[in-house]
Amino acid sequence: MTTATLPAAVDKYSDAFASFSDASADVPEWLKAIRNQAWATFSELGIPVKRRGNELWKYTDLRPLAALDFEYGSGGSVSLDEIKAAGPWDDAWDTLVVVDGVFSAELSNLQGTSGLTAISLAEAISSGVGDIESQLASLAGREEYAFTALSTAFVDDGAYIAIADDADPATPIHVVFVTSNSGNSGSSRASYPRLLIDAGVNTLAVIIESHINLAESAQLSLPVVEVFAKPGATVRHYRVQMENEHSYHLGTTRVQQLNDSSFNSTTFAVGAAIARNDIHTQLDAPGANCTLHGLYMTSGTQQQDQEISTTHAKPHCTSNQFYKGILSGKSHAVFSGKVVVERDAQKSDATQKDLNLLLSRGAEIDAKPSLEIYADDVTAAHGATAGHVDRDTLFYLQSRGVDEESAKAILIRGFAEELLDEFKPEALYAFVEKVTDERIPVLLAESDALGTA
Amino acid sequence: MLEITNLHASVVDIEDSEILKGIDLKVGKGEVHAIMGPNGSGKSTLANVLMGRFDYEVTAGDVTFDGESILKLRPDQRAHLGMFLAFQYPAEIPGVRPWQFLKAALDSKAEANSVEKMTVRNFSKLFDEKVEAVGINPQLVKRSLNEGFSGGEKKRNEMLQLEVLQPSLAILDETDSGLDVDALRIVAEGVNSMRSPERSFIVVTHYQRLLNYITPDVVHILVKGRIVKTGGPELALEVEKSGYKQYLEEAEVNA
Repeated sequence: MTTATLPAAVDKYSDAFASFSDASADVPEWLKAIRNQAWATFSELGIPVKRRGNELWKYTDLRPLAALDFEYGSGGSVSLDEIKAAGPWDDAWDTLVVVDGVFSAELSNLQGTSGLTAISLAEAISSGVGDIESQLASLAGREEYAFTALSTAFVDDGAYIAIADDADPATPIHVVFVTSNSGNSGSSRASYPRLLIDAGVNTLAVIIESHINLAESAQLSLPVVEVFAKPGATVRHYRVQMENEHSYHLGTTRVQQLNDSSFNSTTFAVGAAIARNDIHTQLDAPGANCTLHGLYMTSGTQQQDQEISTTHAKPHCTSNQFYKGILSGKSHAVFSGKVVVERDAQKSDATQKDLNLLLSRGAEIDAKPSLEIYADDVTAAHGATAGHVDRDTLFYLQSRGVDEESAKAILIRGFAEELLDEFKPEALYAFVEKVTDERIPVLLAESDALGTA
Repeated sequence: MLEITNLHASVVDIEDSEILKGIDLKVGKGEVHAIMGPNGSGKSTLANVLMGRFDYEVTAGDVTFDGESILKLRPDQRAHLGMFLAFQYPAEIPGVRPWQFLKAALDSKAEANSVEKMTVRNFSKLFDEKVEAVGINPQLVKRSLNEGFSGGEKKRNEMLQLEVLQPSLAILDETDSGLDVDALRIVAEGVNSMRSPERSFIVVTHYQRLLNYITPDVVHILVKGRIVKTGGPELALEVEKSGYKQYLEEAEVNA
């Protein structure tokens, strides 16, 4: 006889969902239907705590998350100075600030750029702007996945960005997702930040998405980003993920690409106790191409998961996944890269690469690049490595007068450099560079002799 | 300047792996010494032991530099004293630009010797001058250190470092291996232009050909971990003619 187990931790969210539904009943019926459907899905799934036979969570233990209680709703106030200190910032950018999932007009800094609609998601929903009714939760939120379901059950605000056909906003558009410090240091909050990007025909947009956290206690963030790249659209996307080391970040990005569109994304992932960056690009028309790149650095007992997948649905599309990881202490990283080339998708070109630098005995990387190819005329390559600081290289630097610690720092920095280089906007590069330079001594302090081979 | 007395060295953690079996060598200020020997004689080991490579363990003897024993010093500390090793196979270092790396090296040295660090501006000036002097392609030094460099470019880059760091003792570990005549000339020009009464060189080589371009003051023949013969530049020519065979046979008899 077997005992059926109830889906984990659903009860921890049900009261919040009930009061949320009552409090924000004044929304279009189509949205209510989406929320209720998503809640039903989450109620069946619960927080995924089962790892056996569960490929998606095989290397990630979410029981600590399932055990925690999170409040829902807006927390304390946030100042512009706090935001500028915690994340990238440039006065020249079009910046949208979302605090605890709620858009803040006061903190946002919009330039009135022509061709750009940058508004709160709540406003986009109530005014029915563009194709929002057909787009929202069409790429993420209706599938059997606990975190997009939970996030979608609570969808009401966030940021909405639309770029008009043929527009080419020269300056980056920055979306800051910030979790407030409620003042009560022990309190934990769940937020469901949401971003919808509608890039019109033949547009060029640079989008920076940053996730920062002003609280010191454990917070839960389940961001969901949906990107629609119309024919000829180029979206240059940057993602900076920096929550405190007690927090949980389970982020989902879903991208639909039409003819000759480009989606080039680079992630800088250094924060949270457990962070997952789950990104999927759907190459839905010929000539679409995507690059999904990222750098992750972990120390202490942090875990960083990169769940990266691309589907080549049509011919002549290109995808390129390239991640690098630097791990120290007892930290853990997972790279799960998947490329599916469907039967119709002839002349596809797909590459996957994950390179890791392990600085300590206790650090662990689970890398599983995989290709599923159903077409016969395809170019594909994949690979993953885990290495240590090379002794010969170290000796070379030392023989020139650089001490061992500095030499290691130079080598780690050199390893990261090619990905840091991808962060083109100046203020953004300066930020990721600063965080990396501050992080390297922490990584080195937790390294041991085994990190050199 | 450099004095090696009865130096014995083995590979770390491997029993009966003694490679250097009692080396005695004195290099005076401004002198150029060539160390020649067949493969496996311990030439490269000697060069690496002098610089403090961690794969080797000194089991007996001593090495002094300007009168002080250096065996307990780390490689970077030896570099701070003015020692330099040009590598047979310089490491490729992705993401690290030659400029950045040399600035770090000079800064460490300045810090160790309690002198003021060079300003970025002055360093840039010096660096550009040396790039021109060595004849290295300026585009090349904007790339990652040694990554994708040809054999000749790597050696040129070693000469660039030699020029910037201005050591008082430079050890060249088979710097001529795998080089064509043009590249060989570059290395030789680098060394010759830096020869001075204040600077010494140890040129480790298998072949005599490098010594056509760099005229040594003293030539040593190293066989099976021992220096078996010392002489003037004519010794190198002799080896070129008759090879190492007779020395190997003698070493066999003496063993």
